[in-house]
Amino acid sequence: MEERVGEVIEASTVAFTAQCYELYCLPPLGSLVSTRQGEVELYGIVHHAATGSLEPGRRPIARGRDEASEEDIYRSSPQLLKLLQSEFCALVVGHREGGEMRHYLPPQPARIHGFVYLCGPEEVREFSQSFGFLNLLLNAHLQTPPDELVAASLRRMGLAREDRHDFLVRAGRELALLIGDFNQLKSILGRLR
Amino acid sequence: MTQKLGTVVSGSVDGGVDVRLDAPVSVEDMAVGRYVTIEGQKQRFFGMITDVGLAVTDQQVSQSPPDLSDPFIAEVLAGTSTYGTLHVLPMLTIGGDAGLLEGPQPVKTIPSHFSLVNLASDEDMEMVFGKEDKERYWIGNPLDMETRLCLNLEEFVKRSNGIFGKSGTGKTFLTRILLIGMLQKSKAVNLIFDMHNEYGWEGSSEGSTHKVKALKQLFPSKVAVFTLDEENSRRRGVSTDFVVRIGFDEIEPEDMVLLRQTLNLTDQAIGAIYQMRRRFGKGWIESTLEMRDTEETRQLLRDLSIHESTFDNLRRGLEKVRRLPFIEPHVATDAVKSVLDYLGRGMNVVLEFGRHRDITAYILVANMLARRIYARYQERMEQAMAEDTTRPTPLVITIEEAHKFLNTEVATQTIFGTIAREMRKYNVTLLVIDQRPSGIDAEVMSQLGTKITCLLDNEKDVDSVLAGISGKSELKTVLSRLAAKQQALIFGHAVPMPVSFQPREYGTAESYRHFAPADAGQVDIEELWG
Ligand SMILES: Nc1ncnc2c1ncn2[C@@H]1O[C@H](COP(=O)(O)OP(=O)(O)OP(=O)(O)O)[C@@H](O)[C@H]1O
Ligand SMILES: [Mg+2]
Repeated sequence: MEERVGEVIEASTVAFTAQCYELYCLPPLGSLVSTRQGEVELYGIVHHAATGSLEPGRRPIARGRDEASEEDIYRSSPQLLKLLQSEFCALVVGHREGGEMRHYLPPQPARIHGFVYLCGPEEVREFSQSFGFLNLLLNAHLQTPPDELVAASLRRMGLAREDRHDFLVRAGRELALLIGDFNQLKSILGRLR
Repeated sequence: MTQKLGTVVSGSVDGGVDVRLDAPVSVEDMAVGRYVTIEGQKQRFFGMITDVGLAVTDQQVSQSPPDLSDPFIAEVLAGTSTYGTLHVLPMLTIGGDAGLLEGPQPVKTIPSHFSLVNLASDEDMEMVFGKEDKERYWIGNPLDMETRLCLNLEEFVKRSNGIFGKSGTGKTFLTRILLIGMLQKSKAVNLIFDMHNEYGWEGSSEGSTHKVKALKQLFPSKVAVFTLDEENSRRRGVSTDFVVRIGFDEIEPEDMVLLRQTLNLTDQAIGAIYQMRRRFGKGWIESTLEMRDTEETRQLLRDLSIHESTFDNLRRGLEKVRRLPFIEPHVATDAVKSVLDYLGRGMNVVLEFGRHRDITAYILVANMLARRIYARYQERMEQAMAEDTTRPTPLVITIEEAHKFLNTEVATQTIFGTIAREMRKYNVTLLVIDQRPSGIDAEVMSQLGTKITCLLDNEKDVDSVLAGISGKSELKTVLSRLAAKQQALIFGHAVPMPVSFQPREYGTAESYRHFAPADAGQVDIEELWG
């Protein structure tokens, strides 16, 4: 079962950014999301998320001095839900074309206003049959440290699998072969549990 | 069952190939001396594991060792960042351009990158070494394998061969096993100079508590026991066929030359021997010993320009020979003829030395008999070739303490040196047994067709046994890892590739039944099991 989590508002070959329909309804770090681009299904891994003012120039101001709880702030100023927005960025890690899963970049970037879905367990299992995507994650230049991102995505994929332990061991072995720096490897393995 | 071990990652024809072990394979399950097959792109390779190692992908792994108490980390790292390696020496190829029909070929290349490496299966070994059959004889099992290692004995006896190993490693047991094989599966007959009374009849119980049966007990109709010490043989309950006596007048200068070292003869004394022979003819030893301290003697020595001290040295040596209990002035029976008669009838002859185990007796007798027997073989062979008639039955002569006959100093003079060098020209070959192979002349060693060696711990001995073989340094490792008993490495002419093996069990009732099955022509085997 897929769950729609947002809509593409910015896209490039290697990544896309989506805005959530509901404030704070963000897919977790490292989760697998997808969006369609014609016949091609693009897959991305959520590497960054942010919530802020809808208009770039206007910063939110503190409002809660006279309120008893945080919830009360939103209750007294319902317009806030319209002025604020949550958005997330996904790194493109593969695509599916003609039924075939590919762990490399698609020919075209995502479309603006394309719907973005959080992949269900079945799709996650299918995507994580092999580990070709790890290389894309390790080599991306992102704000999020790659160790964190790789560990988060593998942890999440592990949740979708019954053979979680075996899956993580296999992933770990793959990483051991990909990563030359033993300390980095140790740091990722340490974050996998 | 074949088990995938890993993949080839580097190598050369000269140095062998390196194999990276797969994650699930533990280095602790690997052992040097075991066989693997490598699936090359165009052919299969057979090789021997000659080293097992540990490796890491990154120096940091050794410098800051991971926390292996965490089972997850341990599982991930085993076989990836830390992994096992094998060094494999390819020995044979099967298939490929030469075609399957030609059978295993010596290696001329190596398998390509990432070829799969498996443990050799029992079937693989059988394909290389062949099955037990009319000519092939089961000598033991490759280490850690079920397969029977079989030796083509027809091929084996075509050349002189050697069995080596330090004391107590199983040379004698192995020799018995081979002799039984030759007796059953080759057309050769054996003459065994049995210094320690181990091959004809079970040894006396002195020293050891466990007696093992020997050839005559297992194959009474195929083995004759000759003895130099009738009384000892009788006391041990041996049924002997012939008592060997040596006549003084039968000893030739050549027989004495070999005794040079054991009798402490000087070079001059050796020279004097030939002069005495020339002077006195056949009875030269008697005559020499009878010479009294007279003016006549002194004159004679002056004539022959033999120094008095040389003469004393010679006489002391001859006295020692005369005191050997089986030596008589003149002997009516002809031991050589008798041996030849038995051999001619296809019987195998074991000559027991009884209590006369001192090396002088052994060297003298073995050399005297062998020389004469060889001369007859030579005559008969030349005659057979000239007249195109049947050749004499191939003969294998077994000697222990071989370095006494084949050391560099005497190898050119003794009959054994001649036999070893002439190969099988006259249908006679040697089976030499020795614990100090480095004492044997290098040229003789190089002429040995097949060598079987148990553990050796002297560097020089190891070098002499492995001299000239390809992959010597690798095989050295294998040899040095053999067990102290009942394990051996065989290589050379009669086997397609070197292999370490465990010789068959010898000495139990069960084993006798296997070695001498009921149809082998021996009488009343039941009795032996008691
Ligand atoms: N094939 C075998 N079957 C059973 N026992 C064996 C075998 N090979 C060796 N042994 C054991 O090892 C012991 C020593 O073997 P063996 O007498 O053949 O040694 P060796 O090499 O001839 O020693 P030496 O140099 O002192 O003559 C034997 O007494 C026996 O217990
Ligand atoms: Mg012995």
